[in-house]
Amino acid sequence: MLKQGKVYKFGDNIDTDVIIPARYLNTQDEKELASYCMIDIDTAFAGNVREGDIIVAGSNFGCGSSREHAPISIKASGVSVIIAKSFARIFYRNAINIGLAIMESEEASKKIMEGDEINVDLTSGKIVNITRGEEYFAEPFPEFVQNIINCNGYINSIKKVKSWKK
Amino acid sequence: MGMTITEKIMAFHAGVKSVKADELIMAKLDIVLGNDITSPVAINEFEKAGFVEVFDKEKIALVMDHFVPCKDIKSATQVKQVREFSKKHNIKHYYDVGKMGIEHALLPELGIVKAGDMIIGADSHTCTYGALGAFATGVGSTDMAVSMATGKSWFKVPKSIKFNLTGKLKPYITGKDVILHIIGLIGVDGARYCAMEFAGEGVHSMSMDDRFTIANMVIEAGAKNGIFPVDDKTREYMRGRVSVAYNEYASDEDAEYFAEYDIDLDDIDYTVAFPHLPENVKTPSEWGEVYIDQIVIGSCTNGRYSDLYNAAMVMKGHKLAEGVRCIVIPATQDVYKKCMNDGIFDIFIDAGAVISTPTCGPCLGGYMGILADGEKCVATTNRNFIGRMGHKNSEIYLASPAVAAASAIVGRLATPAEVK
Repeated sequence: MLKQGKVYKFGDNIDTDVIIPARYLNTQDEKELASYCMIDIDTAFAGNVREGDIIVAGSNFGCGSSREHAPISIKASGVSVIIAKSFARIFYRNAINIGLAIMESEEASKKIMEGDEINVDLTSGKIVNITRGEEYFAEPFPEFVQNIINCNGYINSIKKVKSWKK
Repeated sequence: MGMTITEKIMAFHAGVKSVKADELIMAKLDIVLGNDITSPVAINEFEKAGFVEVFDKEKIALVMDHFVPCKDIKSATQVKQVREFSKKHNIKHYYDVGKMGIEHALLPELGIVKAGDMIIGADSHTCTYGALGAFATGVGSTDMAVSMATGKSWFKVPKSIKFNLTGKLKPYITGKDVILHIIGLIGVDGARYCAMEFAGEGVHSMSMDDRFTIANMVIEAGAKNGIFPVDDKTREYMRGRVSVAYNEYASDEDAEYFAEYDIDLDDIDYTVAFPHLPENVKTPSEWGEVYIDQIVIGSCTNGRYSDLYNAAMVMKGHKLAEGVRCIVIPATQDVYKKCMNDGIFDIFIDAGAVISTPTCGPCLGGYMGILADGEKCVATTNRNFIGRMGHKNSEIYLASPAVAAASAIVGRLATPAEVK
């Protein structure tokens, strides 16, 4: 699966409180959540980000609260994939569960700059920086995780099961 | 090869003899938890998936605590959705206004969580129950939704990091100082994906409340779970609360650890995390003069009886410094009642503080104590991220209840010894 877009770059330890502050957690509306995405560290982000754009960040992205509203607000803002040096574990699992593509690559996290145009192949893990003419590689997800992302989330991928009660 | 406590609990719930770090398992759950922010999203997913029944109406806990008593129409609508779901599915452990408390104080208090349990909660501080010798970790709403239907979840067995505790804490130095010290030592991603296991004779000298505070904040070092061995204090705490049998696990001598740290409790000083990361810790000689506008004493980290008692003992007979606001939030109705009956509230009110009903409220910038541009707050809560308690230019200093109370009286970040 290929994704291409313009890069928005963030630093280390981007926590879920800055991704979507709790004062906006009284709604589950995805578009409304997207309109506040990153508001406390980049007031322009929600207005500028376009469908397909890509977030590149440092280490421990998504640390803090377990709020699924955080990856939901990023996904609903149009972001197609997040590349980071590393992810906090709850965010990592939540992103996959809602079908938001994520990748870990230290080299890509370091070398890709704000505004670069990049192309990402989720199947192979290849990241092409069109602006700089560089290539980086991330470990691709195993097939079952790629399937969850392709199905647009965990629930959609298991939807046919009606009741698990024994 | 021996196993750690975490590995033993995981193996038992996966129905296998042994597991090792990095292995993927499917495990049965004893409790699936959600609150008024995460449950609505989970309920939507549950219904979207076409699930019609919960796996066990006695093993789901839904606690309305974050924006409750409801702060606005939107939050009231969310609670209404959870209330209706609970009624429809006959959820036994549904806690609303009057019965609710902050989830991670309430569940142990009511004996709903116990030693040996495997627990997930759609709240990152679910790791608190590790203090009881249970495996407990935070997840998102989708995992909660699937587990409400299946009673199971998949896990990667975490690597364990061992903290060997020796010695004894000095008066007014608490679990909060210990965990902030440790986060300062290893960093906010120092235990990412790992289990933080607390061991050694130092553990036994600490109260259950200290252990709850320590386990509560392991997520602030990125950990999957924190875990304590079960001892007499744990058993005493569970006596009268837990009415069914529970399993005690101990780590084997030859269990494998990814890393080990030695912590001498005698060396721990008052420790405060400065803005804007919990790893940014300083001890009194490094504090300088930090003048403050607001104090919050409460939360799932520090809203238990001993927390409020410690704060009251520091405040007793004193008045808040001019211009300082102090908000005290008992974590549960039981804590509230005990504090009221023991005269703890009189001390706070006479000092000029206010008492709130149990709520997570200000800790996450929800309501009941939001900070304005440039304001500084000393809080006994767990996160000091940018904008966490209000305006993005406000500042949060994470501290123990004793330091928070002292700071309220002195008007700047201060130790109890400075209260005169």
